[in-house]
Amino acid sequence: MSRHPIRMTVNGKPVELVAEPRTHLADLLRGELLLTGTHLGCEHGVCGACTVELDGAPARSCISHAGSCDGAAVRTIEGFDSDPVMAALREAFSAEHALQCGYCTPGMLITARDVVLRLPNADEGQVREELSGNLCRCTGYRGIVRAVLRVLEERRRHSKA
Amino acid sequence: MKPAPFAYVRPQAWSEALSLLRDGARPLAGGQSLGPMLNLRLAQPGRLADLRHLPDFAGVVLADGICRIGAGTTHAAIEDGAVPGRLGAILAGVARRIAYRAVRNRGTIGGSLAHADPAADWVAVLPAFDGVAVALGPSGERRIPLAGFVCGVFETALRPDEVLRAIELPMLPPETGWGHWKFCRKPGEFSKATACLLARPGARSRAVLAALDGPPLVIADADALLAAPQAEAARVVAALDLPDPWRAALARTALHRAALAAKEGK
Repeated sequence: MSRHPIRMTVNGKPVELVAEPRTHLADLLRGELLLTGTHLGCEHGVCGACTVELDGAPARSCISHAGSCDGAAVRTIEGFDSDPVMAALREAFSAEHALQCGYCTPGMLITARDVVLRLPNADEGQVREELSGNLCRCTGYRGIVRAVLRVLEERRRHSKA
Repeated sequence: MKPAPFAYVRPQAWSEALSLLRDGARPLAGGQSLGPMLNLRLAQPGRLADLRHLPDFAGVVLADGICRIGAGTTHAAIEDGAVPGRLGAILAGVARRIAYRAVRNRGTIGGSLAHADPAADWVAVLPAFDGVAVALGPSGERRIPLAGFVCGVFETALRPDEVLRAIELPMLPPETGWGHWKFCRKPGEFSKATACLLARPGARSRAVLAALDGPPLVIADADALLAAPQAEAARVVAALDLPDPWRAALARTALHRAALAAKEGK
């Protein structure tokens, strides 16, 4: 099957590559652009490890294929180095022991950042529900939930002060 | 976990989309159901026609008490209040429980309905409203009542040369009763049984039972269910003669709880 030019903005930079329409976004990012921070778990949209920001909102990169990503803006975990919310989440994940093997962490962080920004008043039940699309198979969710709650609470304190 | 090869086309006009369909292309909306099926090679279309860039594919328009929801409107947009009023609140509550936010950001109401997975949320809920699916075909728009739109597993009333353009639902008075129950062992996973009941003031209540091994069961007159939820749910499900007792129990309980919730006006 023929390959076609695909243009995207990845982490703020324009990129152009050539791919088959069927190649999924995660393979493009990892294989073509060497952005290996995006992880692949189930490859059918269930585990959440491959979650990236696609056109400004979290999406599964394993079920978005190259053709439909032509013209899209993508932000991967590597694109959040200077993002203050992500910095706070990284700190909190470390403090709360929210990872062991780290395989789910890039997807967890992108989901967690969306939760913090979209649901500033979320409580524990809501955080757990929002994280339910990201599977962790080693640490368990306790530390991850605590880390997200820690950042939510910090930001609520900060906005009152 | 890699799809079989397919060609990809992005029509810019609806007429172009229709001619692609005529030539056998498979329509693609948000791709949140089709994407996994492509990866698993359960679906192996030769060509995909990506509808997402067509004019007015997404968006909500209100006119004369009817809410027209573009087929490409995402679950997340509905969750975030794209539809106003009591109808919007009911739809937002359903949307919020579809899969996960990362899926809802891409997945669309029309894509999900046209895909017609028996366990899908909009398949289970939309027949409760007195609405229509707007199909666009070579001779223009055709309105299909939602109560009969999904007619089998992955089967709809759309003709091969038609595409789902929009969903039209009547706006609802604020005092409309609504009950919705969905059995999932984990939030966001495929439903094991879904039921809902819409109680409109001054009109017959309507209920739907879905996630069965066939099309949703539409109960066009659900007043008896509203009056005696437990007994009537048991009677309805017994008549289905479901082979597995545990599935019958889930279906019965979902219907019972949806009716109870509608009674409480939730």
